[in-house]
Amino acid sequence: MLLSKVPLHSRRIAANQIRSNARTSSTLLEPTAYSSSNPEPPYATLGSTTKLNLFSAVNSALKTALETDPTAILFGEDIAFGGVFRCSQGLRDEFGEGRVFNTPLSENGIAGMAVGYASAGGTAIGEIQFGDYIFPAMDQIVNEMAKFRFRSGNQWNCGGVTLRAPCGAVGHGGLYHSQSPEAYLAHTPGLVVVMPRGPRCAKGLLLSSIRSKDPVVFLEPKVTFTNVSIWLRLSYSHLRCFIFQILYRSAVEEVPDADYEIPLGKAEVMREGTDVTIVGWGAQLRTLETACDLAAKEGISCELIDLRTILPWDSKTILESVMKTGKLIVSHEAPITCGFGAEIVATMQQECFFCLEAPIQRVCGYDTPFGLVYEKYYLPDEKKNLDAIRKVMELSR
Amino acid sequence: MIVRSLKRLTPRTASSGIFSIENASQERSMSTVPLHLSRANNGMVNVLVKSTKVPRPATIVPVKKSKKIETLTSRPVQREAMPSHISYVGNEKMPITSNLKIVTPKDDTPRGIWPVFRMMDENGQLRGEALPPSIHSNDLSSERDLDNLRNVLASHHPHFASEIHSSSLLHTSAHEYPDMPLHPHNTLLRAHRQMIRLRKMDTILHNAQRQGRISFYMTHHGEEGLLIGSASALSPKDFVFAQYREAGVLMWRSFTLDQFCNQCFSTDLDLGKGKQMPVHYGSRALNYQTVSSPLGTQLTQAVGAGYKLKLDCQKSPGKEQAVSIAYFGDGAASSVDFHSACNFAATLKVPMIFFCRNNGYAISTPVKDQYAGDGIISRAPGYGMAGIRVDGNDIFAVHAAVQAARAYAVENDAPVMIEAMTYRQGHHSTSDDSSRYRDAEEVQNATDVSDPIVRLDLFLRQFDWMDDSIAMSIEDEERVAVLRAMEAAESRPDPDIRHMFEDVYHEKPPHLIKQEEVLMQHLKKHNIKY
Repeated sequence: MLLSKVPLHSRRIAANQIRSNARTSSTLLEPTAYSSSNPEPPYATLGSTTKLNLFSAVNSALKTALETDPTAILFGEDIAFGGVFRCSQGLRDEFGEGRVFNTPLSENGIAGMAVGYASAGGTAIGEIQFGDYIFPAMDQIVNEMAKFRFRSGNQWNCGGVTLRAPCGAVGHGGLYHSQSPEAYLAHTPGLVVVMPRGPRCAKGLLLSSIRSKDPVVFLEPKVTFTNVSIWLRLSYSHLRCFIFQILYRSAVEEVPDADYEIPLGKAEVMREGTDVTIVGWGAQLRTLETACDLAAKEGISCELIDLRTILPWDSKTILESVMKTGKLIVSHEAPITCGFGAEIVATMQQECFFCLEAPIQRVCGYDTPFGLVYEKYYLPDEKKNLDAIRKVMELSR
Repeated sequence: MIVRSLKRLTPRTASSGIFSIENASQERSMSTVPLHLSRANNGMVNVLVKSTKVPRPATIVPVKKSKKIETLTSRPVQREAMPSHISYVGNEKMPITSNLKIVTPKDDTPRGIWPVFRMMDENGQLRGEALPPSIHSNDLSSERDLDNLRNVLASHHPHFASEIHSSSLLHTSAHEYPDMPLHPHNTLLRAHRQMIRLRKMDTILHNAQRQGRISFYMTHHGEEGLLIGSASALSPKDFVFAQYREAGVLMWRSFTLDQFCNQCFSTDLDLGKGKQMPVHYGSRALNYQTVSSPLGTQLTQAVGAGYKLKLDCQKSPGKEQAVSIAYFGDGAASSVDFHSACNFAATLKVPMIFFCRNNGYAISTPVKDQYAGDGIISRAPGYGMAGIRVDGNDIFAVHAAVQAARAYAVENDAPVMIEAMTYRQGHHSTSDDSSRYRDAEEVQNATDVSDPIVRLDLFLRQFDWMDDSIAMSIEDEERVAVLRAMEAAESRPDPDIRHMFEDVYHEKPPHLIKQEEVLMQHLKKHNIKY
C-alpha cells in the first residue's frame, strides 16, 4: 500500500488499527537492556549527597574507581596536576604517581596504551583532553579497542578500557573545542559510547563504564545545564582553561557520596508526556527541557528521553514512548547528516511506521564546521526545538 | 560455507616472474646452495601435491663436507674469520662488532653507522679462529651434550665466554620438550628443528594458498633465526605483541602445527573462531596477543602491557618481573604508533623490548624510500632509550642480544630497542609478487649469504651434530607433520555460524540478538546451508 496516495483520514484509521497490533508484535520490545544485570540505582536509599558540578562528580567517580580497583590507573595529558578540567584533582596525591600520571602528548599513544594495559588484565582510564582531539586515536579505538575481543575469539579482551573525553559546545570553543564525535564512534561494533547529561548521572554512568567488560568511550559535555550565551563575547585565548573550568563548575546537582552505578544501554525517561516524544543526550537535554517547558505553556505534553548510552542504544524505551505519543523529535548538537539521530529515526520508522502521526523531525547542528561567532545560530536551541514540536503537532492534527 | 566459498573466490596471485616453474630448474642449476635450503624450495616453486610421485621438496644434495664452505661461497663473498663490515640490502655498509654492548642513554652514541653485533659468521663459525680439528673430535657428537659443547666453545672463544655461558640455547632444558623425542632436553637442537619446521610449514602453506586451498599466507623465509633466537631468550610470562611475520615465536612457545593449520584453514578448532585472515594467530595461554592487520598498533599496546607488568611487580616484590616485547618491521617504524610508543615507553619507564626486524622491504618499498637515517636503531638515543643492533641471521647473536636487553629492561625499568638486520627472502605475502620490484639476483645473493638455517646447520656440522642424513630425516619428519596437520585441518568443519555475532561485546546486546535472528530466519527461509 502506497501510503502517500491514501487519504489522510483513512490512513489514520489504518494506523490506529495497526498500532494496536504493533504494540504487541514489535521484536524490539523483546530483548532486555544491554546491561540487564544492573538495575537503576535507588537514589533515595543511597544516603548522603553533596552538591557537585560535573567535573567534581567525575572526580568522585574516578576516586571511587581507584579505591575499589587496585589495578585501575588514570592517565592522559596534564592529568598529574589535576587535568585542565580538574577532573583528576587530588588523585595523584592519594593514589601515587604510578597510578595517576601524565603521558606525552599523543592521543593514539594514550588509547594504545590503554588497550595494552587492559589486555594484560588491568583497568585503564585514559583521558583525551578534548573530544575534538580523539581523531588521532581513532585507529586504536576502531581497529584495536573495539575489535580486540572479537578478533581473538574471546581469548583476549580490553574491556578494562575507558576513554574519557569532554565534548560539545562551550560558548567560545570554535571549530576545535566544540565537536560532538559520538556518531563517528557509534559506527564501531564492539564499542560502548556513553554521554551523561549532568553530575549525578555522570558519576553512576562513569562507574558503570569503568567496570564494564567492554571498552567504553565516555563523552563528558563541557557545558552542562548552564546558559552558554553569556560566554560568547569573552576572549577565548586568555581565559581558555579558566573559562572551561567555570563552565564545568557552573551546574550543580545533589550527587550521592556512595558508590553507585547506572546501567549502560538503558535510556531514561526524564519527563513523562503524552503528545510528543523528544530524544536527546548530553548537554542538549538542557535545551530540550526548556523547549518542553515552552511547549507545556501551549498545552503540549512532551515526553523527554535521555538516551545516555549512544551505543548499544536503548531502542526499546524510545519505541514504547513513540507508540504512545505517535510523534518523535530527535535533537543533537552534532551535524545532522549521519548524526546519531539518523539511526534513531531510521529504526523508529521501520519499527513503528504505522504508529506515526507526523513525520519524525531532527533538530540538529548544521552540516558546517563549528564556526566561533556563529555558535548561537549553529546550535539546535530551544526555539528551533519548539518550532519542531509545534510542527509535529500541526501535522498530526 | 561462507568461509570456504571465500577461499574459492580468492584469486590466485599470478605466479609470474622469477619464481615460476620454468625458471626453477634454471635456478637450481645456477645455484650450488644445498637444494633443501635453496630458493627453489622456498615455497615458490615446488607445488605441493600429496602424490608421492612428485619429487620430494626436502631432498638434500649430498655435498662433501670439505665442499660445503665452497658451496656457500659460490658467490664472491669475503670469508674472513673476522670481517670488519657487512652489507644488508638497501642499507649502508655496517661495521661488525663482537662486543655485546647495549648502548644506554648515558653512553655516547656510536659515531657514524651503528655496529652490528654478531657471533657466528656465514660458515657457521663463531667469530675468531676456527675450532681446531682436535676439538671437533672431542667426542662432542655422540652424546649431543650441550653442557660439554658450551664449555668447549667458551674456552675456545673467550671473547664470547659470557654470552656462551649465559645463552639458554646452549643450556640443557630443565623440562622435556614434547616435540623433541630424540633429544628431549637439547635446546639448541630444538631451535634448529623449529627453524626447519617453520620453513616447511611456510613452504607447504604458501603452496596451499597457490592451490586455492587457503585464502592468504605470509612466509618467514630468511627470518627464522631472529624469531627462534629471540623467542628462546624470553620468559614464557613475557607478553608478545607481534606484527604478522612472527609465527616462529609462537612455535617456540609450543603452538602446534595443528593450531597453525586450524587458524589458516579457519576451522572449528581455530582459537580465533574463523574471524581473521590466515596468519593472524594469537594465544592467551602462550601470552601471545592476537595479531591484527594494522601496522604499528601493537607498539603502543605493548607499552600499556609492560606498564601493567611493572606495576604488578611493584605490588608483589617477590614476583618475577616479566616484560613485554613488540615486534615490528622497518616499515611499521614509520608509523605514528612507533613514535608514540617509543616516547611513552622511555618517558614512563616501561620494561619492554622493541624488536625491529629490518628485512629491507615494506611490501615493495625498499628501506631507502622508508628512511634517510641509519636504520631504526639510531632513533633510540633520541627517545632516551637503550639500544643494540644485531645480525638477525645469527641466532646466537640475536639470542644474546635479547637476553641482555631483557636483563637491562628488568633491572632499569626501561625499554630497549633491538634492530635485527635481515633479509626477506620471500614475497611480502601471497598477494605480492616481489619480482616486480627486486632482482632475482639480489634475492639469490642475499639468500646465499644470509640464510639463518644454513648458518646454524653448518655450525652443528662442525661437531658432527648434523649431517645430511640427519638433516634429511628432520626435514622429512617436519614436512610430513605439516602435511598431516594441514590435511587434518582441511577436513574439519567451519566454526559455528553463531560465532559471527559473539565476542563483539562481553554480553550480546539486544540489537545483535535481533540481527542474528534475522540472519537465521533468512538462511532458513531460503534453505541456505551454512
